[in-house]
Amino acid sequence: MTRHRALIGILVIALAGLAVASHAADQQNNTKGVPFPAIAMGQGETCVEDTDFMRRNHMDLLDHQRDETVINGVRTEQHSLKECINCHVVNGPDSVPVTVSSPQHFCRSCHDYAAVSVDCFQCHASRPGVEN
Amino acid sequence: MSIKTEKSTPTPGFDPVRRKFLSAVAAAAGVALAPGVMLYGITKSNSAAARVSGSAVSSNVRWGMLIDLNRCDSGCDDCVTACSKENGLQGHGRPATDAQWIRKVDVTNPQTGASQSLPMMCQHCADPPCVDVCPTGASFKRADGIVLVNKHTCIGCRYCMMACPYKARSFIHESLEDQKPHAPRGKGTVESCTLCVHRVDAGGQPACVEACSDTGGGAMLFGDLKDPDSEISQRVAKYATQQIRADLGLDPGVRYRNL
Repeated sequence: MTRHRALIGILVIALAGLAVASHAADQQNNTKGVPFPAIAMGQGETCVEDTDFMRRNHMDLLDHQRDETVINGVRTEQHSLKECINCHVVNGPDSVPVTVSSPQHFCRSCHDYAAVSVDCFQCHASRPGVEN
Repeated sequence: MSIKTEKSTPTPGFDPVRRKFLSAVAAAAGVALAPGVMLYGITKSNSAAARVSGSAVSSNVRWGMLIDLNRCDSGCDDCVTACSKENGLQGHGRPATDAQWIRKVDVTNPQTGASQSLPMMCQHCADPPCVDVCPTGASFKRADGIVLVNKHTCIGCRYCMMACPYKARSFIHESLEDQKPHAPRGKGTVESCTLCVHRVDAGGQPACVEACSDTGGGAMLFGDLKDPDSEISQRVAKYATQQIRADLGLDPGVRYRNL
């Protein structure tokens, strides 16, 4: 009987330990108990706008910039898709930048999560310049 | 409201004098409606290099090209190779539909047998028929005279390909990957020579012109046709030059010498 008690005691302690460990891991990845996408950070110190602003408005900035660029020839870097791609580059296991075909791609990581499909990359390069 | 003031040669059903008059009336009305408010600013800039980064292209510039056919060798296609490399054009082994922004054409006079070779690409017309027929406004002429396809609005109907007398446009039939970041192109849209607009906006010249002067015969000259001091304007003023199918009255920005 004492042997059984000791075994149960050890089991309880082990389970408690596991629970604490997994809770700690949960807290690191997500604080609110819902899954979040794993988004790669950009290379610079800060983005061209606040992160909160970018999350809500990046599409409008890109839309505006694309018309400015195509029609008026304005090629500033501030809100250009090309510069987003250059800064938010994600390297694959072979340390070559991944294309949008990889789920790790910066744009895709969030758009997959939000179930938003974009067609930018049917025409635009999804990684910094690669020699063909 | 856009106002077009470029001078152009007459075409059937198109009256430049009338257009100019209407433009003048519209401009006057614009000023009268809003006194004290500057609606139409007039800035004079002769040099394209004067364009400040971040400012829009201006109609004070008209980009053009002069090609001296005495210097264009029939066996040389450096301009075509440079264009494909610059813009990431790759063939699929289907010459009938593969993308082609510039091509070499050999012409022979059947009477005399004399033959010549010339590069043919989008002629960047002042009155482009591709723009007239486009149902979505995707085919457009930039203020500085470069004719482009806005692929964001192109629906791939290919009317412009039918309308172009120079056979300058191609349609992308295949899904593409790893395009050049400066030359976005994708399946279901029409494309053509952009006069290397990304280089021009950065103060450079098209890849074909650069290749022609580096390794080819130096036949191609690029510049601002509206700047009287530019080399192209001076040469055009000095020598007899030709526009191909000038009879159509489209006023192409690409001119040929010794044709």
